Amino acid sequence: MSDATLTTTPPAADTPPTRTIAFRGGGFAPRSQRWVGVAVFVVLILIAEWGTQTGWISALTLPKPSDVFKTFGELYNSGLLFKHLGPSLSRLAVGAALGASVGVSVGILIGLFSYARSGLVPLVAALFPIPKIALLPLFVIWFGIGEGSKYALIAFGTFTPTVVATYGAVDNVDRTLIRMGQSFGLSWWSIVRKIVLPGAMPGILSGLRISLAIAIILLVAAEMLGAEYGIGAYILQAGSLYDLERLFAGVVILSLLGVLVSTVIGMIERRLLGWRT
Amino acid sequence: MDIRLEAIGHSYKEFEVLRDITLNIPTGKIVCIVGPSGCGKSTLLRLIGGLERPGAGQILQVGAPPENCLNPLTYVFQDFALLPWRSVRGNISLVLEDHRIRGAEAKRIIDDVLARTKLSDFADALPKQLSGGMKQRVAIARALAVNPAVMLMDEPLSALDSQTRELLMDDLVSLWVRQPFTAVYVTHNLHEAVRLGHSIVVLSRRPGRIREIVEIDTPLEARQMGDPDLDLKQQYLWQLMRDEARAADAELLNV
Repeated sequence: MSDATLTTTPPAADTPPTRTIAFRGGGFAPRSQRWVGVAVFVVLILIAEWGTQTGWISALTLPKPSDVFKTFGELYNSGLLFKHLGPSLSRLAVGAALGASVGVSVGILIGLFSYARSGLVPLVAALFPIPKIALLPLFVIWFGIGEGSKYALIAFGTFTPTVVATYGAVDNVDRTLIRMGQSFGLSWWSIVRKIVLPGAMPGILSGLRISLAIAIILLVAAEMLGAEYGIGAYILQAGSLYDLERLFAGVVILSLLGVLVSTVIGMIERRLLGWRT
Repeated sequence: MDIRLEAIGHSYKEFEVLRDITLNIPTGKIVCIVGPSGCGKSTLLRLIGGLERPGAGQILQVGAPPENCLNPLTYVFQDFALLPWRSVRGNISLVLEDHRIRGAEAKRIIDDVLARTKLSDFADALPKQLSGGMKQRVAIARALAVNPAVMLMDEPLSALDSQTRELLMDDLVSLWVRQPFTAVYVTHNLHEAVRLGHSIVVLSRRPGRIREIVEIDTPLEARQMGDPDLDLKQQYLWQLMRDEARAADAELLNV
């Protein structure tokens, strides 16, 4: 219809001015661009390399990235890398698994029961701001200088953020779904298992991202006392000798560990939370 | 199995929402409850199904539910209440699992209700893949799966667009014609009420009381769009409700 009128009306001298309407609806919808993240790392490392090569950045301020890389290579070739990584990973795994599983359980209790909520929320709020590192000497007395104190420190550090994330997630489960479960006569346990837990899963997983990052941070603290091997011990040793190359090599390992953990959680999220719109 | 309401009253703190509701819900009939917003019609439905305790009066079940009935009082919710992480089949099996119905028996029931709601091709779809009308069909299929004695429908079509609503009304009518079920159907839409209700209970504004019960004798399957009798009934209902609705609308402003 509009085409017909366009072609039949001759362009008269008194046609009102015509222009396309400008688009103004863009932006506010960030999407992840796969290679930009890598590019940022590469550019930062190249700047550091260039700065340290030319002397613009002094050797005391920052080690040469190429030297850090070389140190990393030596670490790998000597087999020491896995000697350090092995104990650290097992401490991380045991501690974080302990803290996260107890945290999720307590979080669900707080989310479901009035007494647990009234009793435990203030306690968790009191525990959360305590710097766990400060308690390390105490943990050494309680759990021994060996692996016990390291597990305990990491577990304690992951516990509090997991609890807070979990009970928040349980609070956010759609109440109409729970009403539905009750209206169909589902048992309490069925409702918790089939409605509350899956409904809280998005919140629990995003809480886990934070608590596992905290677990990696605490790894260094846990290896301050009574650890011969471990990434944390390696970093602390390098730090006290002001061996920047080794210090940075250790820090890079922790960063990579963080990226790895976050990727794994991303994979779990894609698997478990495919139902989200 | 009939449901009898005797002098039901209910309040939320100082707000009285329902007063002296006495009503009979006979087997095999659809009873529609209409009323202005905030008149307590959804509350009444929650009371009937035992999701809330009435402040006064009592709700009685007269007679026994049918033999193989798993959940006598079964809801269909306005917002569907489907578990987004379960497929269509999984959402229906959810309500069977607690009755220890699994495997072949569950499959038979699920296939049957999916066929009755024309969903057989969507058994493995997730709710996010379905349109609103499809989601409500799944919720109806889930309700049918437990073979309810009374279906409690809380504005089941209000979240849908008007075309889907017409389609689903046709589906409900054909479901009822094939196998009459008992239902309490809460709605604010008078068109739905005259289309689906054997009797229509008009509630006043808060506190909700029964203003009138309008019976419609035309059989469900004979009710067509534009039927003059039904239009008259709908107009009559609107006249009953209009002033109440206006007053209820103004009331919200000074809450």
